[in-house]
Amino acid sequence: MSISEKSASTQKIQAGLKRRYAKEKRFRLYGIISLIISFAFLLVLLTTIVSKGLPAFQQTYIKIDVTLDQADLGVDKNASEDELFSAPYSKTVKNSLKAMFPDAHGRKQKRALKNLVSKSAAYELRDKVIQDPSILGTTQTFWFLAKDDVDVFMKGGIDRKLPESERRIKDYQLAWIDQLIKEDRLEKRFNTVLFTAGDSREPEQAGMKGAIIGSLLTMLVTILLSFPIAVATAAYLEEFAPQNNRWVDLIEININNLAAVPSIVFGLLGLAVYINIFGIPRSTPLVGGLVLTLMTLPTIIIASRAAIKSVPPSIKEAAIGLGASPVQVLFQHTLPLAMPGILTGTIIGMAQALGETAPLLMIGMVAFVSDIPGGIFDPSTVMPVQIYLWSDSPERAFTERTSAAIMILLGFLVLMNLIAITLRKRFEKKW
Amino acid sequence: MSNSSIEKNMANAEKPETRDEFNVEIDGTVGSPFVDNPKMSSRNCDVFYADKQAIFNVNLDIAKHEIIAMIGPSGCGKSTYLRVLNRMNDTIPICRVTGEHTLDGEDIYAKNQDPVLLRARVGMVFQKPNPFPKSIYDNVAYGARLHGLAANRSELDDLVEASLIKAGLFKEVKDDLLKPGTGLSGGQQQRLCIARAIAVDPEVILMDEPTSALDPIATALIEELMDELKANYTIAIVTHSMQQAARVSQRTAYFHMGHLVEVNDTKTVFTNPEHKLTENYITGRFG
Amino acid sequence: MAFSGLSRLVTELCSTLRHNGSDQRESPQKHYLEGNMPTQTILITLVALLLFSYFLGRKRSIAVSMSLNEGETPLHSRPQYYGYLVAIWAGMPAILVLTLWSSFNAPIISSLTVASMPETQNTQSADSIGLMMNEIINLAESGKAAEHSDSVLRNAATHYQRLQGISSLAKTAVVFAVALVGMLIGWRLISPETRARNKVETVIRWMMILCASIAILSTVGIVFSVLFESIHFFSSVPPTDFLFGTTWSPQTSMRSDQVGSSGSFGAVPLFLGTLLISAIALIIAVPLGLMSAIYLSEYATPKIRAFAKPVLEILAGIPTVVYGFFAALTVAPFLRQFGEMLGLSVASESALAAGLVMGIMIIPFVSSLSDDVLSAVPQAMRDGSYGMGATRSETIKQVVIPAALPGIVGGVLLAASRAIGETMIVVMAAGLSAKMTINPLEAVTTVTVQIVTLLTGDQEFDSPKTLAAFALALGLFMVTLLLNIIALHIIRKYREQYE
Repeated sequence: MSISEKSASTQKIQAGLKRRYAKEKRFRLYGIISLIISFAFLLVLLTTIVSKGLPAFQQTYIKIDVTLDQADLGVDKNASEDELFSAPYSKTVKNSLKAMFPDAHGRKQKRALKNLVSKSAAYELRDKVIQDPSILGTTQTFWFLAKDDVDVFMKGGIDRKLPESERRIKDYQLAWIDQLIKEDRLEKRFNTVLFTAGDSREPEQAGMKGAIIGSLLTMLVTILLSFPIAVATAAYLEEFAPQNNRWVDLIEININNLAAVPSIVFGLLGLAVYINIFGIPRSTPLVGGLVLTLMTLPTIIIASRAAIKSVPPSIKEAAIGLGASPVQVLFQHTLPLAMPGILTGTIIGMAQALGETAPLLMIGMVAFVSDIPGGIFDPSTVMPVQIYLWSDSPERAFTERTSAAIMILLGFLVLMNLIAITLRKRFEKKW
Repeated sequence: MSNSSIEKNMANAEKPETRDEFNVEIDGTVGSPFVDNPKMSSRNCDVFYADKQAIFNVNLDIAKHEIIAMIGPSGCGKSTYLRVLNRMNDTIPICRVTGEHTLDGEDIYAKNQDPVLLRARVGMVFQKPNPFPKSIYDNVAYGARLHGLAANRSELDDLVEASLIKAGLFKEVKDDLLKPGTGLSGGQQQRLCIARAIAVDPEVILMDEPTSALDPIATALIEELMDELKANYTIAIVTHSMQQAARVSQRTAYFHMGHLVEVNDTKTVFTNPEHKLTENYITGRFG
Repeated sequence: MAFSGLSRLVTELCSTLRHNGSDQRESPQKHYLEGNMPTQTILITLVALLLFSYFLGRKRSIAVSMSLNEGETPLHSRPQYYGYLVAIWAGMPAILVLTLWSSFNAPIISSLTVASMPETQNTQSADSIGLMMNEIINLAESGKAAEHSDSVLRNAATHYQRLQGISSLAKTAVVFAVALVGMLIGWRLISPETRARNKVETVIRWMMILCASIAILSTVGIVFSVLFESIHFFSSVPPTDFLFGTTWSPQTSMRSDQVGSSGSFGAVPLFLGTLLISAIALIIAVPLGLMSAIYLSEYATPKIRAFAKPVLEILAGIPTVVYGFFAALTVAPFLRQFGEMLGLSVASESALAAGLVMGIMIIPFVSSLSDDVLSAVPQAMRDGSYGMGATRSETIKQVVIPAALPGIVGGVLLAASRAIGETMIVVMAAGLSAKMTINPLEAVTTVTVQIVTLLTGDQEFDSPKTLAAFALALGLFMVTLLLNIIALHIIRKYREQYE
């Protein structure tokens, strides 16, 4: 047979090859496209969040010359602390603004004028005066937080070309702001409020500190409960559980199912059992941690079992051969060797718990809490719930704060995952 | 961890000892590796897995309508070489094949050569029967459908029937054609795989230890079948069993640690081997 | 010597108690939580006591060991085991008592308070007693009980306060008494005959079994917490109305004097909405996830794989609340504008937006499950196909996917269960309107959205509105459980096939 006389089937095959290779290419392309679409979604998601959230890390401040008129305040330098505390500082702030913009007239404009600065200006002024009463009667220059509308405008969130009726900032307000800009009285600074304040109804005063502390407290409860329970469960199932035991089978089935129960159902469990039966106070990191413990248990148990399983039997046998009891082998050999794997699983479980929202809504962590929680019995919220709350607020300024809160949350998650990856890389052992 | 470092040291110390039987120089292939007008041939064949060389300079011709057996100890490269012949090694990313390989004088590793077409012309039967999770009919029709060999349903029916008859399976399964191929016994599954390969009308069939997973009776059936197929096809079989090689093949090639040591008439190899290594192997001194 | 330290701790504890009780300047919030402060303090003291017992036991066992004469049986275990033993005796019973006391403190005191009230009050219905009790507790904890006008409530609140005080003191006393007695028993156990290690290890084993059983306990907890309230709910709303009714308007039941006061709890629109959004999510996630998995496992170079897999995992690690925000803020408005361009009217809370984003969220879930399943298909089967001259895609489409189909189906079922139970995305991006529609451009509501809506905000625990949430949760739990059991069964069978 020479090259030219090919068999009939070879010719048939050759005839179809082109079409088949085209199909092959197309199929491969579908794969690439799927992957690209997934990546594009991720990219769009992250860029949206970052581009919306970045401005929130800056906040506009207004420089105001405040005349601390003792008559207006009704106090003098020798007043007691209580008197100083309850003096009408907001009036002083208002008067100072009036002095700067004497053209404001009418109730509407006067209110708008007052609303150039945040309500927190009065409290700041109060603290300054209490700290040093000698400034009473003098004129001082202060940088106050600007009201959210001014802040949004300064960050380009309001288009001045729009007709006045469609703008949140009116023409007269624009004039004031322009004047302030001209006098270098408006300045964007790093937004420390975001990290040092609790939640607030006023966007410019709202911070994440309460939610961050709440999350940390909740995580503390979760890890303190779930880590020992999960490790004990994993160790029992891997090392001690009898084979073909009904109870053990039941435990295994339940662990698998718990991993798949919708998170919101855990919230209902928390509501019905923890709060209504055991009377654990609502909205607290304690009850949140208890709910999240149940949710993270399966993750940690599964990871711990894999880690314990990967400890070679030869080491355990050697220890048993030297006369160690099974419990001693577990605590002196198996668990220390499995610890990197267990910790990795724990961190991943904690990261899941940190981002969990739905069950916490059920147990009242969705309440508005402006105080920074001081312990696990204090009402508090957590970061994802704070994000949910802010995302629900109509104020424009909350949108960027929500995105910033998401960035902070994602930052924590990235950190935790990096730790998990480092742990895995550092201590991963091939037996 | 002092424990693990000790283990490591011990592992290093335990290098394979060189035994006398291995210490024979391999200097090219002895016997008669070349034939006139071969069906397939290889010249200077080297195969690498990443940096590790698995095959060293193999030169071999396969004659038309012969059964050539490839024998040798485990890991000698005989299966790897077989997979060179239909470019199955292409599916392993780290594998690299060099040398000249031809089918009917055509370079099968040439740029314009198509592995799909090549594999249709050089079929393969594997160590473990691997029917697809489809019906017996669909298993046999698989290749024909892929390659568009049958114009219509009745042609396909005929092709399936003919292939099953050739593979000696038709009588056993003719009433169960729509049952899953995985439900057959091991020997039947392997004959199904042979039928599947035949259905594409290949010129060469490569068999990689086709009976190693089967019982003696099923093995005997397959060996009989090979004898019948010889009339239409060229067969290269890798086998672990010297008896099988002696029973079915006309020529035998002996591989040793990636080298092709000896190629001769099967009779010569088993009665009067030229090379010391071949003799050591067939007399059972290692392997 | 040991006991003097302890008694000092107890006095300190009592003084903190009294201090808390008399501190009127504390905020009401702090007051409300005052009842818990002793528990925290008791717990910390107990831990200190445990440590102390451990060292005590260890020291004692060493002393005992030293005092033994030549020829006498030495101590059975190493000293630290005697330490553990004493600590266990001191701690376990005390913690048990503390837990039980704290758990049942509230209901017992409440019932005692109710019992102490005049006849007219405590013969009311259970609901109104509950409401009244809440009022009393609030009053008692606000610290302004004495100023309240209603004498009955005032008396009850003072009574409640007194009971709380007694309970706190008694709890402290009992817990520490139990701990001390336990310590004494442990102390007396230190002798050569006591097999301390075995005893400690038995306790450890039982603790481990107990921990392992928490998984069962929480399932039981879930079932009971939703089941009881659901039964309660179904006693006022017939199950058939709930399962087959097509009108969902729980809000109307809030006021009994209004028209339609019975409310209507036909859950079909919720089921339909849930299915619609889940279906959209799966339509997006299954092809994208599966094709990504196929590309990564069959085509991609190791380098691309090493990069792409973790990136896909990032999608899985993003909290759902972030997806919800993204859906509500970016995707929904985009879809609406896009729809306007095409002349379609898209609701601002369309099912499409929620489903789309949920689909993205599920992609890595589907792709990692598919990856597992595809890699379980034996190489021999692929080789068989390649050996016949099939191209890669032909092998994948005609051999690998059919072989992996059961596993893929199992994975899709798991993904479906995920989608059905997903909450935050739909809460933030889907609406509240319970419409009977399968038009993805309209707003629909889902089971999870309704659960959240019904249970957040003002609650009366026994209204049908609240109870409906539990009935919905029961359904949700059952469906996801069923899906998971089926899926895991299919996947396990599939794995066994190729093992």
